[in-house]
Amino acid sequence: MRYAMAVDTKKCVGCSDCVVACQTENNVPIGYCRDWVVEVTNGTYPQLEIEIRSERCNHCDNAPCVRCCPTGASHFSDGGIVLVKEKKCIGCGACIASCPYDARYPHPEGYVDKCTFCLHRVKKGLQPACVAVCPTKCMYFGDLDDPKSDVSVILKKRKWKTLIPEAGTKPELYFLI
Amino acid sequence: MTTRRDFIKISGIGISGLMAGGGAAYRAMAQTLNKEIGGHISDKRTPTYCEVCFWKCAGWVYKNDKGNIWKIAGNKEDYHCNGRFCPRGTGGVGMYYDEDRLKTPLIREGKRGSQYFRQATWEEALDKIADGMKKIAREHGPECIALFTHGSGGAYFGRLLKAFGSPNIAAPSYAQCRGPREVAFIATYGEGVDSPERTDIRDTRCLVLIGSHIGENMHNGQVQEMSDAIDKGASIITVDPRFSTAASKSKFWLPIKPATDLALLLAWIHIIIEEGWYDKEYVKKYTFGFEELKQHVKDMTPEWAYGITTIKPNIIRETAREMANAAPSVIIHPGRHVTWYGDDTQRLRAVAILNAILGSWGRRGGFYIPDKISVPDYPHPPYPKPQRTWREAFPGKFPLAGLALASGLCDATIPNASRDCSIKGWLVDGTNLIETLPNQKNTIEAIQSLDLLVVVDTMPMEITGWADVVLPECTYLERYDMIRTSPHRKPQIALRMPAAEPKYNTKPAEWMAKELAKRLNLEEYFAWNSMEDMLDWQLKQLGSSLEEMQRVGVKTFPREYDDLYFPDGEEISFNTNTGKIELYSTEFADAGFDPIPTYTAHEEPPDGFYRLNYGRGPAHTFSRTSNNANLTDIMDENVLWINPKVAREWGIKSGQKIWLKNQDGVVSQFPIKARVTERIRWDSVFMVHGFGHNDKRLTRCYGKGASDTSMITRVHTDPLMGGTGMRGNFVTFFFEPEKEEATL
Amino acid sequence: MKEEIIISGRMNPKIDPVLNIWHWEIPLYLFLGGLAAGILFFAALYIILKKEDEFPTAVKKAPLITPFLLIIGLIALLLDLNHKPYFWQLYTTIKIQSPMSWGAWTLMVVTPLSFIWAALNIKEIFPTWDWNISFLKQFEIWCRKNILPIAWITITFSVILGIYTGILFSAFNARPLWNTSILGPLFLTSGLSTGAAAIMLMSKNHIERKAFARIDLLLIAIELFLITHMFMGFMASTQVQIEAARLFLGGPYTASFWVFVVGLGLVVPAFLEVLELSRRKIPVIVPATLVLFGGIMMRFILAYAGQASRWLY
Ligand SMILES: Nc1nc2c(c(=O)[nH]1)N[C@H]1C(S)=C(S)[C@@H](COP(=O)(O)OP(=O)(O)OC[C@H]3O[C@@H](n4cnc5c(=O)[nH]c(N)nc54)[C@H](O)[C@@H]3O)O[C@H]1N2
Ligand SMILES: Nc1nc2c(c(=O)[nH]1)N[C@H]1C(S)=C(S)[C@@H](COP(=O)(O)OP(=O)(O)OC[C@H]3O[C@@H](n4cnc5c(=O)[nH]c(N)nc54)[C@H](O)[C@@H]3O)O[C@H]1N2
Ligand code: SF4
Ligand code: SF4
Ligand code: SF4
Ligand code: SF4
Ligand code: SF4
Ligand SMILES: [Mo]
Repeated sequence: MRYAMAVDTKKCVGCSDCVVACQTENNVPIGYCRDWVVEVTNGTYPQLEIEIRSERCNHCDNAPCVRCCPTGASHFSDGGIVLVKEKKCIGCGACIASCPYDARYPHPEGYVDKCTFCLHRVKKGLQPACVAVCPTKCMYFGDLDDPKSDVSVILKKRKWKTLIPEAGTKPELYFLI
Repeated sequence: MTTRRDFIKISGIGISGLMAGGGAAYRAMAQTLNKEIGGHISDKRTPTYCEVCFWKCAGWVYKNDKGNIWKIAGNKEDYHCNGRFCPRGTGGVGMYYDEDRLKTPLIREGKRGSQYFRQATWEEALDKIADGMKKIAREHGPECIALFTHGSGGAYFGRLLKAFGSPNIAAPSYAQCRGPREVAFIATYGEGVDSPERTDIRDTRCLVLIGSHIGENMHNGQVQEMSDAIDKGASIITVDPRFSTAASKSKFWLPIKPATDLALLLAWIHIIIEEGWYDKEYVKKYTFGFEELKQHVKDMTPEWAYGITTIKPNIIRETAREMANAAPSVIIHPGRHVTWYGDDTQRLRAVAILNAILGSWGRRGGFYIPDKISVPDYPHPPYPKPQRTWREAFPGKFPLAGLALASGLCDATIPNASRDCSIKGWLVDGTNLIETLPNQKNTIEAIQSLDLLVVVDTMPMEITGWADVVLPECTYLERYDMIRTSPHRKPQIALRMPAAEPKYNTKPAEWMAKELAKRLNLEEYFAWNSMEDMLDWQLKQLGSSLEEMQRVGVKTFPREYDDLYFPDGEEISFNTNTGKIELYSTEFADAGFDPIPTYTAHEEPPDGFYRLNYGRGPAHTFSRTSNNANLTDIMDENVLWINPKVAREWGIKSGQKIWLKNQDGVVSQFPIKARVTERIRWDSVFMVHGFGHNDKRLTRCYGKGASDTSMITRVHTDPLMGGTGMRGNFVTFFFEPEKEEATL
Repeated sequence: MKEEIIISGRMNPKIDPVLNIWHWEIPLYLFLGGLAAGILFFAALYIILKKEDEFPTAVKKAPLITPFLLIIGLIALLLDLNHKPYFWQLYTTIKIQSPMSWGAWTLMVVTPLSFIWAALNIKEIFPTWDWNISFLKQFEIWCRKNILPIAWITITFSVILGIYTGILFSAFNARPLWNTSILGPLFLTSGLSTGAAAIMLMSKNHIERKAFARIDLLLIAIELFLITHMFMGFMASTQVQIEAARLFLGGPYTASFWVFVVGLGLVVPAFLEVLELSRRKIPVIVPATLVLFGGIMMRFILAYAGQASRWLY
């Protein structure tokens, strides 16, 4: 099993609903976030292009954050989802410094927090909160090992990229382009 | 907005900063909001429909183990949202948890606008209002009380006012929003576009957006259907001087010179007729006035329009061809907030005509025919007949206004020698008139002429600061409201029920209206015992029940007729004078207006000034959300979009704070940060409406960003229906505050 | 124009707008660790070389402060942790790939060693000192007997500790400025150099001071060489690392790095030491203090600049 997510930069309107839904679903404290939206504009008026990306933890196959964690709090869970065990985390910040995507943040209660791919929902057969709420339905989630999953199907159909592949982290968050 | 990715611009941290721990300024640390939530997730849920905007999506409110409101998500059965709320609806919890909410009735102590209030009991506050209303009725007649409302409370206060004897009930969603569109479409088709819009975007092959920035305008169903249409390969044509998000998804973006759309529309009509690309059969069968139209647009060639709009003739042709190829599955979207330049009804008429000649009205992928269930009104005695209406304040003006004008009621409040009576009392429910009506000076002058101003709101918005009595309403998550009944592909109803007890000393509008009715001896108009009883009675009339609706939230009914689109070949009678789709409007002609739209030029910004363009940000609804913690997290201030060329001329950098001054010398109260971006033309600037709040009780949004409304002092009123054109204002920049000049 | 912005208003404290997760605690901890490693290195070295009598300060006096340095360092580390009550979780596992983990374990070894070195020499300072507990007395005797193996262990672990202080940073691929293999040797050399400077400061013995001035000069030369190489490496690498190096080459950290670290921390003391060695009268306190100051600054500036450097995407 290998969970992955794909986000369609062509359909995303940058509404940030994914961010709000994540916040309420996961009690992400006000002033913090597990996901965020980037808008890139290229060109000169009126020859312009925009790419919008909803970003979050990439649940890297080769996750530096897991490697550098001194306590094992950061670990791989079901389907390669990278999680943090609150009770094992000492809040040293090493994993935060190790993530090239700045996908983690120090929770005000001390431990480090990040996107969980909503494993608690996935286990119940639901889609992650951000995927489920997206008004443009531009996010796809599922098991890459299952060729019929939403994410496998769309990745076969469309061109995609990952972010900073040269960092060698092997991200599992794909952007349809 | 953060530019952290702009590596080069990373600000240096000095040595002292190094030692002190970086010295980076963090924003609000974890706030208390989520502290109330905790424990484990449970599946307890109650139905609601959203009140964060007027799309009214139906959804579920979930609570956690501790019984606290946890999150809101869409109801899968609901056509407005299809199980997906927009960011504002998802963030609706922030409204409930906002610590700045109005918490108890307030009675003004000092002079009006001075912000001295004392806390009052409900008894006291309601008695004071009832006395005030009676006094005005006695001295001037009940018609001298007006209701401004935008939201669910309108149902109850409207009922109260009608029972009291006043017809003066207005919402800013007409003269400040979609009024011109409704008038134009009623003149053409005998029917309005309505809400949710009857646009069949889901199945369209070509969607034309004219300043309709779907994707930033987050009216949920439309955003979803636009995305479906993209999936199905529909082409999108966006006409917008700004590179809107929708423009970035479009096959064609026409970066039109602002205020010239009517020329483009007429040229499109011209070319489609000249080339014979129109739906000949449809035009012949259903329309009236084609020859006049043809004659009228004879010279309105793409070349002619090019000179006005700056859109190249070949692009005008190519896009016309694109529409014609898709017809009748084409939508020239009528937009929603259309009060731009004062000739808006005529612009929207051109939109209606263009749709008509392409045959999209009543056709799949064009405009479908909605169906709606009417919910029976709870029985009441007939309403008294009012002696006069607001119209008398405007003799001979705005003959085509189908609804009362919020701006009109405001004007009719300012005493005027030619008028024997002005409005003396306002009930304001769920509309922040100070930020909502253009020309703030005018609004405040009207307010200062009142004998009584009652404001019903959930938040200490600007308008509450001017009130004599403030009534705190509980949020939509804490109350029942009227059944939502929607015109849609199939009729649907939805229930809103309380997910929690009202926080603080707040009450639902229904309770307030009923209590006032008691004091005004109008109780028999509110004859129900409780909302539960009333809703159950209504629902039973529809073959449902409160119990059922509490379980399902949304109920879909079958259509009465199988007529989502015009059945092939059938005769159809339209509700117009001629019974046809009027390309030539007999109604306009009778009222002395152009029966077919004509282009007139609009003023352009003077040197050193830029047209003030404004619009929506996807994560906010006007003022309504600007203090919402979940949504300020996404966007806590508006920024001013400035083209890089202009920025270079002025030496303005992204993130720099600048003040604005408009053509009338009015200065923005707060500075606004610049966003230097190619997405805006060099002749205009853009900002999201709803920021720059100046009530200090709004702790999260006070002084954040600038108010577009404060810069809109010049209004171009639509002569047909009184819509307030607001995009004819120009601003310039300066870098030091000119405090003494500030208006408010 | 290219415009790249976060439109969802992201402002995670200590992450945005630039990473700021490590403040003074970590660089201080690294500095003190490096300094202690340097001192213990020389103490052990001269035991092994059997030159304890020629270098009394290095072998006997200087190690006395190492437990304090390490404990202050550990306190700094503890202060840095956001989830302090769970500190002990560090010692429930060994994570070979985590520099933090093996750093913690290295300290677990070096700190007791530093106590031993201090204990063995405490009588030199306080001649009346007595352990009063027979077990400790016996332990002291045992240590003295096994001083050579202890010195070997110490020298090994002090080198590991010195390198670790650099590797803690360089293991982060995510921060291009840190992601260079030169950081380990550089921090080790700097640690040794600050150790030498500390010994010079404490020493009353002219010969010993001269010897350490010479050692220090060599170490400074190595540091300058490593720094040069580090920049050459950056400039010959990807755009990302070129951008990272620019933080010091015209970027916001340019002045602080070249003035405080390279100028005042390396070049000036080297120059003064050359003068001293050529028999000019230079108060030893000046170059030694500058070296220590430069060592602190290097860690602080690299800690902050490293956090400001990032991948572009
Ligand atoms: N300058 C400028 N003016 C504009 C516009 C613009 O873009 N620019 N847009 C125009 C358009 S299209 C529209 S539709 C109007 C919208 O105008 P409004 O409807 O006035 O705008 P909102 O900010 O949504 O105002 C809502 C008020 O309702 C309160 N409120 C929220 N929930 C409740 C509730 O449950 N009960 C009660 N009693 N009050 C509640 C809020 O606190 C706020 O004070 O503005 C128009 N005016
Ligand atoms: N997120 C969010 N969504 C909302 C709302 C909200 O508050 N927040 N409010 C809802 C309401 S009540 C309404 S009425 C709608 C309004 O939504 P729309 O009807 O889509 O909005 P407008 O304000 O008419 O259009 C704004 C766009 O018009 C462009 N524009 C400006 N001048 C011109 C011009 O001269 N010509 C052309 N062609 N374009 C021009 C602007 O650049 C901008 O992109 O949004 C609804 N949706
Ligand atoms: S919710 Fe969907 S459309 Fe909105 S920003 Fe997130 S990914 Fe984009
Ligand atoms: S994105 Fe960052 S936090 Fe997520 S797995 Fe990769 S390195 Fe770890
Ligand atoms: S902060 Fe927590 S999760 Fe991150 S590396 Fe340290 S212990 Fe592991
Ligand atoms: S998958 Fe879940 S945790 Fe991750 S960003 Fe989406 S909502 Fe947040
Ligand atoms: S569109 Fe958004 S804010 Fe409006 S009713 Fe629907 S969910 Fe609520
Ligand atoms: Mo509106």
